[in-house]
Amino acid sequence: MYAQLVKSEGAKSRDEMSPEEAAFQERIDRGEKIEPKEWMPDGYRKTLIRQIGQHAHSEIVGQLPEGNWITRAPTLERKAILLAKVQDEAGHGLYLYSAAETLGISRDELLEALHSGKMKYSSIFNYPTLTWADMGAVGWLVDGAAIMNQVPLQRTSYGPYSRAMIRICKEESFHQRQGYDIMMKMARGTPEQREMAQDALNRFWYPSLMMFGPSDAESVHSAQSMAWKIKMNTNDELRQKFVDQTVPQAEYLGLTIPDDKLAWNEEKGGYDFSEPDWDEFFAVIAGNGPCNAERLGARVKAWDDGAWFREGVMAHAEKAAERAAAVRTAAE
Amino acid sequence: MSSEWPLWEIFIRGQHGLNHRHVGSLHAPDAEMAIRNARDVYTRRNEGVSIWAVRSNDITASSPSEKGPLFDPANSKVYRHPTFFDIPDEVGHM
Repeated sequence: MYAQLVKSEGAKSRDEMSPEEAAFQERIDRGEKIEPKEWMPDGYRKTLIRQIGQHAHSEIVGQLPEGNWITRAPTLERKAILLAKVQDEAGHGLYLYSAAETLGISRDELLEALHSGKMKYSSIFNYPTLTWADMGAVGWLVDGAAIMNQVPLQRTSYGPYSRAMIRICKEESFHQRQGYDIMMKMARGTPEQREMAQDALNRFWYPSLMMFGPSDAESVHSAQSMAWKIKMNTNDELRQKFVDQTVPQAEYLGLTIPDDKLAWNEEKGGYDFSEPDWDEFFAVIAGNGPCNAERLGARVKAWDDGAWFREGVMAHAEKAAERAAAVRTAAE
Repeated sequence: MSSEWPLWEIFIRGQHGLNHRHVGSLHAPDAEMAIRNARDVYTRRNEGVSIWAVRSNDITASSPSEKGPLFDPANSKVYRHPTFFDIPDEVGHM
């Protein structure tokens, strides 16, 4: 989802576990939370850094497609709302970076890994936002898919990650509702506005389904992550839930989901639907999506352009601390 | 790579009359900026009436591996709880 294709390290069966590892697994099975300074297997730590880091990067890069529309929002109220939403995404990125840092990686290392392309962010943010209706589709579908994944992660085994997820989920439903609100307005608007809303749904539907990642039913990595409770559901389960939830919402809007095979399946109690184009997904993940270069370029530029500021305020803080220390010494 | 801004732990008093509670951490060059950043990161929805920022390095924490020996002494002193004592019903609420 916001973390796709996270490889987990060191999948082990019960018999292969050391006594320490077995005791750790038992704590997780009992539903205990693992806290930063406690012992944990190296694989658990590494997998979490990868997953939380990727999640944090997604929140930060996710500001870019929406930031594109802040200056072009149709009304001052819409502009203020979008600004608040994008600011929330920054906040979510910060909660998650802090959670990742409790595992022994620094903020600079995380950012360096993003900027060099060593760490990924969600494929969804490599698609362009072409019209105002895309702000509706992103909030409704992209944040909707994110919520699907994040709600169960509130129960994840790692304390700081779980607490970050709880904060994020509280704020995320504002995002989805504001998106749907835009879609309602557009869908009930002029024929041109309806067309824009339908076009946005057409373009964001399959990329949203890709957010859950490819089927992982057979994946050993997934099995290990699920045993550690850092992944709570399979990708397919979440994707199915997302489709089942979204289809009636599209019907309410009077919009058509761009899938001829979409049909209610009474037997499974859910919709049958077409898989997204996984070749496209792997191409986007590998860096060849429509906006990869632009997104990463904007991040790197912001980081490089901000260097003078970060260094300047730090130098100021150090000087102020020195002056304060000198005053104290003089007074003694 | 330039030197990273130090890490601060942020505590928020949610309402008047409640304790400050740890809500998370953030990076800031100094205390004043830590408070300003905390306002934006942790109180965007009126979550607080007061903020404390403490340098993470200045916090001393008990060690997780000593959890047993550290908290053991309280385990055997059940008489510290009021429910330890049986008070007859006739006495009324106590």
